[in-house]
Amino acid sequence: MTGLKVLVFVLALLPLGLLFLDIKNGALGPDPGQAITESLGLAAFQLLLITLLISPLKKLTGWAGWVRLRRMLGLFSFFYASLHVLVFLQLILGWGDLWATFTKRPYIIVGALAFLMLIPLAVTSFRSAMKKVGRWWKPLHRLIYPAGVLVWLHFLWQARADIGEMVAYGLVLLVLLGLRGHWNGWGDLIPLRKTAR
Amino acid sequence: APLDYQLAPEFSTNEKKAPYQAITTYNNFYEFGTNKGDPARYAGGMSVEPWTIEVDGECGKPGTYSVEDLLRPSQYEERIYRLRCVEAWSMVIPWVGVPLAEILKRLEPNSKAKYVYFETLKDPEQMPGQRSFFSVIDWPYREGLRMDEAMNELSFLAVGLYGKTLPNQNGAPIRLVVPWKYGFKSIKSIVRIRFMEQQPKTSWEMIAPEEYGFYSNVNPEVDHPRWSQKRERRLPSGVLQPNWIDTVKFNGYADQVAHLYKGMDLQRYF
Repeated sequence: MTGLKVLVFVLALLPLGLLFLDIKNGALGPDPGQAITESLGLAAFQLLLITLLISPLKKLTGWAGWVRLRRMLGLFSFFYASLHVLVFLQLILGWGDLWATFTKRPYIIVGALAFLMLIPLAVTSFRSAMKKVGRWWKPLHRLIYPAGVLVWLHFLWQARADIGEMVAYGLVLLVLLGLRGHWNGWGDLIPLRKTAR
Repeated sequence: APLDYQLAPEFSTNEKKAPYQAITTYNNFYEFGTNKGDPARYAGGMSVEPWTIEVDGECGKPGTYSVEDLLRPSQYEERIYRLRCVEAWSMVIPWVGVPLAEILKRLEPNSKAKYVYFETLKDPEQMPGQRSFFSVIDWPYREGLRMDEAMNELSFLAVGLYGKTLPNQNGAPIRLVVPWKYGFKSIKSIVRIRFMEQQPKTSWEMIAPEEYGFYSNVNPEVDHPRWSQKRERRLPSGVLQPNWIDTVKFNGYADQVAHLYKGMDLQRYF
């Protein structure tokens, strides 16, 4: 298990490592800020999807060990999302135009909402905090479902002419959420609702 | 190949030019894919010789012209223009070419010619982006100008960049450059010029009329519905510091073009 955890840890750092290499080699083109922001955001989305893959993997393989990777994957997704937001503010906005950006731009609004939803999940992912929220932990962590949908919208809304890539990501998200609805009942997808189990 | 030309200082900015590398590797040319690097990767496969342009519509000299025949009587000049993309970035680019008005006059537009319409090559075999099932563009790519805009001294047909033949990803062998409008108006790899009485439908207008108007003049007072147009990142930009500058109305060419829009509500005709 420890070996697997280390492997996943290293793999999850790979996008960041490759990005540093690209920056060092000047391989990001004339608009590096845009390229850095985009690749961090995409890494966050991909890790969010991989986090959502854990439950179905457990169910399909019958191996409960997968679940022990989930917190790390979720936190990595949050880590990349945080870097993405910081880098967007610094390299794209230059900390200007903040009010207009966060009130008038639909794709920014949905992205910011998704990020806000991920914050309580990251904060309550440690044992002590888990104990504090108790029975609320599960309903709270179902916020990852709407967050995933909002992140997908955040990408789709920026596509200008070719939506093929985001259609593919959308299908993956649909399958991941659909499997849960199919197996556990669709009510299980609603966040912040306490269930008996 | 190197071209024979003279600098036209009265039409050139002395701002710092973007490096050749930046201009030729950071492109929007969706015929070759939607990533900025796709055109440089895939446009090399497009054959630009021989190249013919169909001329039709309201003019005295319709027909099929080779690009050489169309250009031969003209002298090439270099113009260093600002190019402002609707995506809020810009570059300073040294083009080589001829004034659009010179070519259009040679085709003898008649009194009914109120607009000029252009098309880019449509050839899915050579253009992978046109084969994409998920593309929202109805090919060929279409653009247009009002006749007085087309005849303005700034409107330019470029055949070269940095003194050499235009690379394919930048719209070889011949492309439009309209520096006071967002970059997508400057249509690439032109195969058709049509003189029209009615205002033509242009590609981005067909896709999202609430986001892209026929005029698409650079205007910091009219935001794109999804982002602000008040500022732009002048490329190349640094890794840690975005190179922000304020966007100027008509991309700084108001002296030459503002009169074209006198009395027009530019919030409405954006």
